[in-house]
Amino acid sequence: MSLLEIENVTLRFGGLVAVDNVSLHVETGEVFALVGPNGAGKSTIFNLISRFYDPAEGKIRFDGNDLLTQSADQVPGFGIARTFQNIELFEQATVLQNLLVGRHRHRTTGVLSDVLFSRKAYREELRHREAVEQVIEFLDLQAYRDKMIGGLPYGVRKVVELGRALASEPKLLLLDEPASGLSVEETQDMAFWIEDIQKQMGISVMMVEHDMGLVSAVSNRVMALSDGKELATGTSADVQSHPAVIEAYLGTGEISKTGTSRA
Amino acid sequence: MRFVFKTSYDADIRLFKHRAQATWYVLLLLLVLATPLYFVAIDDAYLLGEITGVLILAIAGMGLMLLTGHTGLPSLGHATFMALGCYVNINLLNAGVPWVIAFPVSGLLAGLIGTLIALPVLRLHGVYLALATLAMSILTSDFVVLAEPWTGGIAGAAVPDINIFGIEVNRYSTPYKFYYLVLFVTILLVWAYRNLLRTPTGRSFTAVRDSEISARAMGINLTRTKATSFFLSATAAGLAGALFGHSAGYVTNETFDLVMSITLLLMIVIGGLGFIHGAFFGAIVVGIIPVAIANGRSFLANAFDVNINIPGLESAMFAFILVCFILFEPMGLYGRWLKIRTYFELFPFYRKDMFKRQKSYLKTDRVQ
Ligand SMILES: Nc1ncnc2c1ncn2[C@@H]1O[C@H](COP(=O)(O)OP(=O)(O)OP(=O)(O)O)[C@@H](O)[C@H]1O
Ligand SMILES: [Mg+2]
Repeated sequence: MSLLEIENVTLRFGGLVAVDNVSLHVETGEVFALVGPNGAGKSTIFNLISRFYDPAEGKIRFDGNDLLTQSADQVPGFGIARTFQNIELFEQATVLQNLLVGRHRHRTTGVLSDVLFSRKAYREELRHREAVEQVIEFLDLQAYRDKMIGGLPYGVRKVVELGRALASEPKLLLLDEPASGLSVEETQDMAFWIEDIQKQMGISVMMVEHDMGLVSAVSNRVMALSDGKELATGTSADVQSHPAVIEAYLGTGEISKTGTSRA
Repeated sequence: MRFVFKTSYDADIRLFKHRAQATWYVLLLLLVLATPLYFVAIDDAYLLGEITGVLILAIAGMGLMLLTGHTGLPSLGHATFMALGCYVNINLLNAGVPWVIAFPVSGLLAGLIGTLIALPVLRLHGVYLALATLAMSILTSDFVVLAEPWTGGIAGAAVPDINIFGIEVNRYSTPYKFYYLVLFVTILLVWAYRNLLRTPTGRSFTAVRDSEISARAMGINLTRTKATSFFLSATAAGLAGALFGHSAGYVTNETFDLVMSITLLLMIVIGGLGFIHGAFFGAIVVGIIPVAIANGRSFLANAFDVNINIPGLESAMFAFILVCFILFEPMGLYGRWLKIRTYFELFPFYRKDMFKRQKSYLKTDRVQ
């Protein structure tokens, strides 16, 4: 049984078929990449997994559970964490507070215990803090711990968002364009982190990415989409040389951008 | 310049960031504890009554701050929850329930009823929620009239005295006791508020305020979180309402009107949205304006023989101050204070753009 199974999922926005009968699966421990031109439906697939949208048809199962019977706020409870293409952080809060919100699915205290700051609330707070500190250490965020998000540079925000997702200790991490807008060095860091997340933390990763260099460097399998339809699935090299993929990218020139960000 | 070296996670979890901060708050505590001494010395407790009034406003302000400043939900109806608390308190006291029970129950009931009223509108966003609570506020007076058996209707209701295990507390006959009682409640609520903000509940509130979509993606249930915030907020307002009743001595259908709801909202905006301090700064401004106007008036009358009697001067000044804040200091009085403090703490390294909000990056636009 795969960790994540998407079966014949279709989603329409009015007349537009954003996701057209797509099936895919993500295995435990793998890095799975979704590529495709703008508007292919990649982010929409993430939003379907996050349960922001209801598919018209199809099944989504995670770890043996039917996700479609769950609401968006229940999804993280199963061990799915995500980042957003356009960065969705809590702006009026510090990095530390943002990462602590990532721990939300592990909270066991109730409102009363929080208001009274019971022993239990205190001990749990320390535990959350320890978990978050590990993430801070892993992502080298020490210098930004107490900084407000509002004043942080773009690259750091991207890392904080990754950290917030990691703080929830997920089984599956959904990364929507983790390297977009990052410099070459930052992209390299991101590649190392993704590798560590997969190999050391044992977290499966599903990512959407345009940087084919990064995709080739970290992914086990790649799926190419266009206009909501699957074009090809396989290794990065297979997909990039697939005629349908080349055709879909014809004129956009994007797939040729096989920059070797890790070379 | 001060460097804060943190040596354990406790440093961030504790109530005070560092010893100097704790010292300041202890001094503040001593000051507010000693304040009555001054009024005993001058043998005139009138101003102490005003200060007590400011504290009561601050309690209601904290309630609204939690909802609006920390959860991002506007309310133009908090006077309604104050009315609920006030009338529940009166009726319980009249039924012979001891104050130590009647008072917390009036807060909790206000919270509960407030949440029940709010549940259907909690799904609404921003301006719609404001409109719904506005409607509620407008209807409050009518409801008070309709509920005459419990509220005394237009004629109004007298608020019984407080009796705590045999100790009588009344705003006029024992102003010092009343002050200390209100102060005690205030401090208790500040403590609870601080606890909330350093634990997951408070963080889920600010998460919902800053980004509903990523709050959900982190496993936060929006409706439950908003309802919780509403409950706590209305509870604080209910407690403030009960105390307000004791402070006024007599309440009618016009006591908790729309103007009061609006005043509360203006108060927290002027004070600084998103900071507990803001509720207090705002309450002080609201408390000072009428006194300042009265003093200014009598000064002009005495010194220049000029009589100013413009109706609505208070509201106009209020609106003027508010507009100034929105234009020049969106972070409110507390924001201004933070800047001044940072200036001295970092002296001489303060940069002018330090508090400038960076242009925010594009929000995920297509989801929802
Ligand atoms: N909420 C929405 N309402 C209507 N149409 C939408 C919505 N969200 C996405 N779409 C449309 O669905 C299609 C797929 O969008 P999606 O965001 O999934 O693309 P993408 O593959 O992530 O592209 P990009 O690389 O630009 O991020 C696009 O045509 C987009 O305009
Ligand atoms: Mg996208």
